[in-house]
Parts: sequence; C-alpha cells; structure tokens
Amino acid sequence: MMRHLLSAGDLSRDEALLVLDTAAEMARVAAAPVKKLPTLRGRTVVNLFFEDSTRTRTSFELAAKRLSADVINFSAKGSAVSKGEGLKDTALTLEAMGADAVVIRHAMSGAPHRLAGWVRGSVVNAGDGTHEHPTQALLDAFTMRSRLGRLEGLQVTLVGDILHSRVARSNVLLLRTLGAEVTLVAPPTLIPVGVEDWPAQVSYDFDRVLPKSDVVMMLRVQRERMGAVYFPSVREYSRRYGLDAARMAMLPPESVVMHPGPMNRGMEIAAEVADSPRSTIVEQVTNGVSVRMAVLYLLLGGAMGGASE
Amino acid sequence: MSNWLLRNVTILGAAPTDLHLADGVIAEVGRGLATGGAQVFDAAGLVALPGLVDLHTHLREPGREDAETVASGTLAAALGGFTAVHAMANTDPAADTAGVVEQVWRLGRDAGHCDVFPVGAVTVRRRGEQLAELGAMADSAARVRVFSDDGHCVDDAVLMRRALEYVKAFDGVVAQHAQEPRLTHAAQMNEGVVSARLGLTGWPAVAEESVIARDCLLAGHVGSRLHVCHVSTAGSVEILRWAKAKGIRVTAEVTPHHLLLTDDLVTGYDPVYKVNPPLRTAGDVAALRAALADGTIDAVATDHAPHSLEDKETEWGAAAFGMLGLETALGVVAEAMVSTGLLDWAGVADRMAVRPARIGRLDGQGGPLEPGAPANVVLLDPAATVTVDPGSLASRSRNTPYAGMTLPTRVVATFLRGRPTVLDGKPAESGGPGGGR
Ligand SMILES: [Zn+2]
Repeated sequence: MMRHLLSAGDLSRDEALLVLDTAAEMARVAAAPVKKLPTLRGRTVVNLFFEDSTRTRTSFELAAKRLSADVINFSAKGSAVSKGEGLKDTALTLEAMGADAVVIRHAMSGAPHRLAGWVRGSVVNAGDGTHEHPTQALLDAFTMRSRLGRLEGLQVTLVGDILHSRVARSNVLLLRTLGAEVTLVAPPTLIPVGVEDWPAQVSYDFDRVLPKSDVVMMLRVQRERMGAVYFPSVREYSRRYGLDAARMAMLPPESVVMHPGPMNRGMEIAAEVADSPRSTIVEQVTNGVSVRMAVLYLLLGGAMGGASE
Repeated sequence: MSNWLLRNVTILGAAPTDLHLADGVIAEVGRGLATGGAQVFDAAGLVALPGLVDLHTHLREPGREDAETVASGTLAAALGGFTAVHAMANTDPAADTAGVVEQVWRLGRDAGHCDVFPVGAVTVRRRGEQLAELGAMADSAARVRVFSDDGHCVDDAVLMRRALEYVKAFDGVVAQHAQEPRLTHAAQMNEGVVSARLGLTGWPAVAEESVIARDCLLAGHVGSRLHVCHVSTAGSVEILRWAKAKGIRVTAEVTPHHLLLTDDLVTGYDPVYKVNPPLRTAGDVAALRAALADGTIDAVATDHAPHSLEDKETEWGAAAFGMLGLETALGVVAEAMVSTGLLDWAGVADRMAVRPARIGRLDGQGGPLEPGAPANVVLLDPAATVTVDPGSLASRSRNTPYAGMTLPTRVVATFLRGRPTVLDGKPAESGGPGGGR
C-alpha cells in the first residue's frame, strides 16, 4: 500500500479492490456488538480541516476511533491560516505532535500534495478544492458494489457541476480503474475545458443517458455559481439537469441513485427521489466510515486480527 | 580607467580575434593586438556577445526588499551576462512618477552591476483608470521610454489607445501585459487537460490572444509602437505574424521559461512553477521557439520575478506568480534555441541584446562589437554546462524552476563599459559605481 492517499488515480486496481475488501471486513466489525479494533492503538490521526465539513470530519473521526487511534481534531478554520503560509507552519506543528496520519480538507486544490512534502506521516486527502476527494470515490464504489454486486461494466452517470467537483474527478479515475463506464452529464459551461483527456463520455442530454444508467450520481450545484453565469436560473438548471420522479422512472429497474451530500433538495434532486428505495444516500454515509477505516488501516499498516475481541 | 585585452575570443561565431576594451569603449578588434598596458584575459574558446539587455525585470525595490533589491537583482543580471535591465513598474509605490523612476535609476547607478532603465507605469498606481505622467518620466533623469502596467493589463480600450498615442511624443512604447481580466478571474494555470485534471482554475490562451489582437489593431490605427510582454501561446504568435505582415509597429518578447517548460510540471502543485502568464503546452513551446527563430518574436525577456519563501512555500492557490530568470536566461536560451539549431550565437545576440536595446531605445547598449562602440560585452563558454543550485544564486530569492537542471553554456565574464562586473563566473572585485550611461 502507498504512503499517502492524495488522488484516486494513484490507486492500482489491486490496491483499490484491497481497500474495498478491507472496508467490507470493517463493516462486519461495525455490525458487531463491540465496534472497536485495537489495530491502531497508540497511533495518532490528525483531522486537519481548513474547510467546514462536519460530515466528512465526523466520518474520519469515527473511523480512526474504531481502530483505537488517538484522534486530534485540528480545526484550522478561523485561526491564523487564511493566508497560505499557515499550512507550512501547521505541518511543522503536526510533525512535533508526532502525527502518524493527517487527514486534510482544504479549499485549495493540491494542498494535500504540499502537506505530504512537509510531514513524515501519511496524508489522506479528504477533499481539496476543486480537485479530488478519493475516499468519497472509494465509498461510492463500495456502495455500488454492495448494491449491484459488481463494478466491472457498470454504467455510471455523474450529473451536475463537473467543472468544480472533486467528487467527480475522483470517481472518474477510480471507476475507470475498476472497470466501470462513466458518462458525465452537465450543461457545457460546467464541463471543464480539457475533459477530452478524461476516461469518460460527455453528454448534455440527461434524458438520453438515463435509460442505460446503472448508477446515477447527482452532484451538488452551489448556488453561488449563479453569479458566474454558468446557467440562466436555478429553475432552468433543475428542469434540464435535476433528477425528479419522472426522470427516475426512466431508469432501468435495478438502477440506484447516489448523492455525496449535502443535497440541494428541489434543485439537483427531488425529495421523493432522495428518499426513494433507489437512493443509497444513507448507506453512503455508513459505508464512508468503513471505507475510511480501511484506508487508515492500510496506510498505517495496522495489524488485522483480534477483530472480535 | 580599466583596460582589458580579451585574447582569441570568438565574436558571433567568426574566427578567433582579440578585443581591446579601453576607456569604456571597444578600442580595437583584430588578431595579435599589442598588449600595451592592458590586463590580458585568455578568452580562447569563449564567445563574445554584446552585453545582454533585459526588457522585463522585477527588481522589487522599493517595497519588497526582502525578495530583491536593485543591488541584488542587478548583480544577478550581471552574472547572467546582462549589461542592462528594464526595471518593471510594479513596485510599492509603483513607478508612476518621475520621482520613483529616478530613485530606481539612481539605485542602479550606485550599485554599478548593470544599467537600470526603469519602466514607467502607464496609469496612476497601475490601476488602469488614469494616465500616469508619462512625459515627466520620459523627461526625467531616468529617461523612460518603455511604459507598462505589467502585472495588470491595460484592458480599457480607450485608455490603451490614448497611451499608445501619447508616448509617440517622445518615441516611447507601451509594453502590454496581455491578459483579459474577466476571462482570467482567479486563474491559476493554463486552461487545458492539465488544469482539468488538477482542478485548478484555467487561464485560457484566448485571454492573451484577444488582447494582443485588439492592441495590434489599436497600434495600427494610431500608428504607434506596441510591445507585447511575455507572449506565451501559439495563437499569439499567429496574431503577431499577421500584424507584422500588415506593417503594424509591434514587437514582442518571450520568456526563457516559456521556451522550455510546460504546464504538466504543475502536476505536483509546487508553486515554483506558478507564473503569469502560465506555463503552456508543448505545442505552444514549439510555436514560440519557431517565432523567436524567425523573428516574429523579437526578443527574449526574463520576467525575472523574485518572491520570498513565504510567498512560495504555500498551497498553489495562495502562492505568488513568478520565477527567477536572470541568472539562467542564457543557459535556457542555449538549451531551447542553440542546442536545437534554431539560433546561432549571432541570433542569440540579436534577440537578447540588439533588438531589446532597440525596442527600449537605448543608446550604448546592444552592440555592435566594433571599434568605438561602448564596451558592453559578455563572454560565454559554449562548451561548459552549469547545474543550477538555488542556494548559490545572487538573487535574494530562491524561486528558480531550474533547480538541479544542467544547462549548456556558462557566463564567464561580463564587462560594463569596459569594466568587469563578472570575472570567472563570479562578481568582479572592483564593483563600485559605473557612472554615465
Ligand atoms: Zn507581466
């Protein structure tokens, strides 16, 4: 296993499958009466969040605690880190604390890569700017596999703000590695220039893609994009690219609907879709903990065993 | 006065000859010159070029003396083979008055490493709202002829037109930093496949090209001189070629880094590769090299942009734009243009000394290496190589993208009006004020 998890593209097929298989083991632990493994006892995991994300931070925190690691939440937001030099100083502080792993969330793309150059411990990218969110892609793949029984050959459609989505970038890379076929659906303004290099198809027509989709993943559209004229109005966006009950009915019977959260109900996804049996949104949260346990376990080389003590 | 006899030097690729520098000028050129009282310098195997002239240098003084000073920057220039630099106006305060440009000019004269020609800001505080007192700067002791808001684009078409017209009165030139601001809001790197993958906001080629096209049309309309800073795209080259064919009085420069480096270097998010305009694609690099070779691009200009460690040891998005260039310029040009056969040494002299001096309207810089001309000379060893060590640079800053790279050629000596500023690749002992211009 590698030392850091910075990009979903860094994982080979075998490594990605190892994470998913390990996550399945971790899920069994979570189902046991005592949900704790001693494997990372004495190790320190730092949650370094430069951006608010209670759900991701909590998920990592729970994962680390279930592995018996010491967890430090280092919320950098609001402290003296609005200027960039804070990251280097923070890295030195973490070194002094003896962090074995640093889980970093940052508003700037590439911040985890910089951090990895300054600390000895493992760095886990928990979302960097508009770049990547590899553990999200892993938990998404885990969720698809447990719902649909396979990843190879799955038709996965990602819909929404591809341009600014770290979830999309990580999913495209990981799903290709795992043999799924990805189609990106968005208004052309929210597809990056240079997308032709991605291992994915691009469509502007959601309705044409729906009937052949095994998975539809709806991405959050930030309302602040409105000011930058990416689309004329929320209503028009929702009409063309939102997933409502009528569109959901166009999906094949077994298909699932995913969303990395947090959702804009009524914008990219209708409430009745989010709450339907096709929706995996709640499972995604549960699986997130198992996948993050697997990642920390594998990066820190924890010893498996004693799982049921 | 210093008195040097450079023995067996090769001038622009011709047969070896002697070059006698005395009283600030080239006294004699010829084989087997008498030694007289001159100090003899064995220049066998070395190539002599006119002292290099940089059209685009950020010396950071006044305002950011932690990153560079006029003294440290001009020493770096001398070590790179330059005898003149144009100091960009984006200092703090901006060089938008006669007072500031004279201050920078005096600091350069006192340091004595090379001539410093301040560039005047086009607009007050480089804000793009109101013309700075261009005439006062032109008439000052600094004798400003190049005006630029570099770092900012003069994007208001009317203001740009007026600036182009106004500087005709003293044969000035407006050097445009071509960057359409709306198209490059929050831009971090070249927009293309690499930016798409890295999730960094793109800086599209069209944001440069559209401004160059507009400015060429404006310059043609009012019959003025336009200079385009740091051309970085293949499309810009096509526009310049078209404009020159139409007889528009436009000149252009390219930086060494845009001749060598490409945007895939951004992959590791190391801000040492963060520069504006950004590193582009291999196709752009090829087009820029071809354009420099055929003269569509007139000059190499370093855009030497020192930045302190705090401004570079950060996340990519928080880091400052810019990279060092003076001490590596000749090596990079040798690598990109000479090793590839695109330019010979005469061509390098033309693009790095002759034409930049002409664009800046500098008398006494840019050659020729003939009797009576000011003795501004650089001696380089074309057979040597240099491995770039950031720690040994004369610049106060360390933001070189070439760390660890081995580049061809080595600057052996630089003479400013006959006085050595660099000998054996090191600062010459004498130093001191150069005086005169
Ligand atoms: Zn510029």
